[in-house]
Amino acid sequence: MIEDMFALFLTRYNYWMAIILMLIGLYALIAKQNLVKKIIGLNIFQTAIFLFYISFADVSGGTAPIYTAEGTSALYVNPLPHVLMLTAIVVGVSITAVALSLVVRIYQEYQVIDEDGLLEVMRRP
Amino acid sequence: MNAMIAQLPVLLIVVPILGALLILLAGKVKRAFAYPVTLATIGFQFTASLILLWSVVDGGTIRYYVGGWPPPMGIELVLDAFNSFILVVVLALALLAAVWAREGATLDIPPEKTVSFFVVFQLMVTGLAGMTITGDLFNLYVFLEISSIAAYTLVASGRSARALIAGFNYLILGSIAAGFIVLGIGYLYVATGTLNMGELAVMLPASYGLATVHAAFLFLMIGFSIKVAFFPLHLWLPDAYTESPSVVTILIATATSKVTAYAMIRVIFSVFTPQYITESFPVTDVILIIAAIAIIAGAVLAIAQDNLKRMLAYSSISQMGYIMFALGVANQVALEGGLLHIMAHAVMKGCLFMVAGMIIYRTGYTAISQLAGLSRTMPITCAAFALAGASMIGIPPTIGFMSKYYLVLGAVEASQYLAAAVLLIGSLLAAVYIWRVIELMYFGDTHGNDLHSGREAPLSMLVPALILAGACLILGLFVDIPLEVIGPAVTVLLGGS
Repeated sequence: MIEDMFALFLTRYNYWMAIILMLIGLYALIAKQNLVKKIIGLNIFQTAIFLFYISFADVSGGTAPIYTAEGTSALYVNPLPHVLMLTAIVVGVSITAVALSLVVRIYQEYQVIDEDGLLEVMRRP
Repeated sequence: MNAMIAQLPVLLIVVPILGALLILLAGKVKRAFAYPVTLATIGFQFTASLILLWSVVDGGTIRYYVGGWPPPMGIELVLDAFNSFILVVVLALALLAAVWAREGATLDIPPEKTVSFFVVFQLMVTGLAGMTITGDLFNLYVFLEISSIAAYTLVASGRSARALIAGFNYLILGSIAAGFIVLGIGYLYVATGTLNMGELAVMLPASYGLATVHAAFLFLMIGFSIKVAFFPLHLWLPDAYTESPSVVTILIATATSKVTAYAMIRVIFSVFTPQYITESFPVTDVILIIAAIAIIAGAVLAIAQDNLKRMLAYSSISQMGYIMFALGVANQVALEGGLLHIMAHAVMKGCLFMVAGMIIYRTGYTAISQLAGLSRTMPITCAAFALAGASMIGIPPTIGFMSKYYLVLGAVEASQYLAAAVLLIGSLLAAVYIWRVIELMYFGDTHGNDLHSGREAPLSMLVPALILAGACLILGLFVDIPLEVIGPAVTVLLGGS
């Protein structure tokens, strides 16, 4: 039973890594007080998803999906998830940019960037 | 002309994206030019959506292959009875919000920011239109993120510094939700090897037993539940609605929440199927229970609020429960009620938030207790509130009554008598929180309260609110007209032809 689990971990380690990274990201999003650290957590969370997509598209021994000469054939990795992730990376960058600019504005307004500090400042009339 | 109509689905996206750039350029020349361009672009989108609805009703589903690449290689835009109806509702609301924004934007947006405000406003509407008409799951995610990123920015552009925090929290929760949605889409891709919704619906039943598909369903559901603020995942909503500029609240509370609800329904019924949620992975009972809790809890929390916009925000949580309730019952009549309620809630909540905005515009008051005797100085505004409020409570013959009537009929047909009772209790609670405001407006003693300038809001704000208030009544009286479109839409959802 335990050996099975271990084998399952070893043969699918790429998915496990994606899940572990995702949970690290979620933990940072929930538990960290500092708003910038929350954004870092969000980035880790998104990167885990990118890695998940990229790794499931892989074919062992596959090559880059480039057009081959007539008559020859090649084993190539699935390009679609990779292209999808290019889009998702752009989305991730935009979200990070908006989030960081919000943190800058919050800091200018309240001179704090951690949640406890914000709660305290907001409680003041 | 026909060639033009054939290209309309893609023009609905391309023109406004170019329009957003044009707004920026026009704003660079002269700041006042930005607004007319925005209005023209959204006006074009609305006209296009009407033409599309008409041709869908006339000639059936429209499929458009972007760039001429047929699926599964290319992205497909699909317009059927369901989403062309949602498209018209959403763009009508966006157009009215844009009209309202002429004066309304000056309330919260500093003059030097108006150009960028309208650019982001336009991008958000574009993202929503794209979400509605796309037939590709990943494309849905991309448009969802376009509209969401625009929404985070718009929420944070409120005048008070708290808007920044509300925007930040919305961003964090929204991004987690988006992450779950992409993950779910990835699982579906692993299970089937396609992203086209039509093909997914055909290929998925073969793998209904797989844990991968169940995981995909749950990830998608949790993601969309956060985005629509379905009850236990609603925490971003009250702050975002209360602190954001009034124009933005109108747009988010009507267009965004409705389109996201549409996307959720689309995924549940057109990617997965009614058989999946009732037999392979029975979740309808769970949805029904959570929806019932959402209806009651949202309404109770709304009663406890003193800030008018916050009260309406909690009421939105309660009303979203009604739409989810239709998914939980999942029969023809209840779904007709649910789709009708998507339109009804957009119309009445749009009107109520416009009234809240106009009150802030003229008096600066945000608390309900300050509204005593307001009907003496702003009678037309208060009348609009009363009419939309009556619809919110569900007093016949308003549209709010008709949608709840169909929901109750559907619940009774499915022998869910307890659930039907919850709907009625929800209506009673709505009567409590709406009536409190109406009573204060009409019968409240001003106590020498200085109601500032005793004037109505400007015409450009008053007219959209009155159109929506009138729509509450007229759509309720002539409920057959929307039902003519909704009937076929529900048949599409339930897998008929």
